[in-house]
Amino acid sequence: MTNRPNYTRNGTFVILGLSAALVIAVLLSPFASSDPDGLDRVAEDHDFAKQAEEDTVAKQLPFYSVFEEYALRGVPEAVATPLAGLIGTLTVFGMAWGAGKLLVKGSVQDSTDSDLPDRPSN
Amino acid sequence: MGDLSSLIFWSGLHGVLFPQLALHIPDGFLSLPVSLVTWVMAIALIATALGRVKGEHQERTVPLMGVCAAFIFAAQMINFPIPGGTSGHLLGGTLAGVLLGPWAGTLVMTVVFIVQAALFQDGGLTVLGANIFNMGLIGTFGGYYLYKALRSTLGFNSWRGMSIAVAIASWTSVVLASVATALQLAISGTVSLTVALIAMLGWHILIGIGEAIITLIATSYVWRVRPDLLYDPPQRSPLPRPLVQR
Repeated sequence: MTNRPNYTRNGTFVILGLSAALVIAVLLSPFASSDPDGLDRVAEDHDFAKQAEEDTVAKQLPFYSVFEEYALRGVPEAVATPLAGLIGTLTVFGMAWGAGKLLVKGSVQDSTDSDLPDRPSN
Repeated sequence: MGDLSSLIFWSGLHGVLFPQLALHIPDGFLSLPVSLVTWVMAIALIATALGRVKGEHQERTVPLMGVCAAFIFAAQMINFPIPGGTSGHLLGGTLAGVLLGPWAGTLVMTVVFIVQAALFQDGGLTVLGANIFNMGLIGTFGGYYLYKALRSTLGFNSWRGMSIAVAIASWTSVVLASVATALQLAISGTVSLTVALIAMLGWHILIGIGEAIITLIATSYVWRVRPDLLYDPPQRSPLPRPLVQR
């Protein structure tokens, strides 16, 4: 029970929540299990893993020259995944906030329909 | 059925040859018709969600969408081991639904999967519709409405009702996601339905337990510190206790 106005308390919650996410993405990600996960394992056991395409659309995007899966290119291996986690977490944070902001702000009569949250433009 | 030696062979080569797919479907596993149909279903639900978020949400929920997306993205990076040499990670759809409701939750999950596929080559872009549907929308809609029904039945304002509802709904959403994936793989002709169903269910019944635990930890924190931020906040009893006994 505090008298602080709601926006301050919300600000605290947002900072705590984002910090928790960053700690997970940066500090815990190197410890993630490298065992194949559910679908991966099934694909291997039942011989269709090889059907995964090699030259995917995602590899044509400029981001592929920056990230190789969850690893930032051109940095020491030890920090490649933590940095990818850091950048990814901040990117989704900003995009989800931005998508919400666009929608909720224009809630009165504004119908400039952007049908999907924008692709990241960084 | 792979025999033991081929299994060991694949496990050994796995790290070299194959990326972590999670329940994320890569390009090439689904046929064009299945990809298209799942795209249409995903886009229809996302479009509806966009409209509903416009209509019902207030400015103050916007930062929470950012936090929720950040947490789910980060948690999805953490594969936890399950017995049998497999791993799983949080999907988060039910968590997003519980925290933000099905509409804003859907947008959050969509952002997460777009970033994973576009930036990190995790999950194919051509099958993104299927991935958004399976791992996101099944949770934000199926998981959310199951949670709400269970919570209403078991005690809407008690942690007991809340926690049981959250655990069951989040576990179920993972199991349903694996069934949906198995169906899509089978319809695509990638693998037979029986094999796909048994194999996918076998692992995801276990992975779902991890989903339930992580979703419980996250919701219990919000329940304790800021229950008012939940999409369906608990109501304080209008008569906390009588001022005068008898």
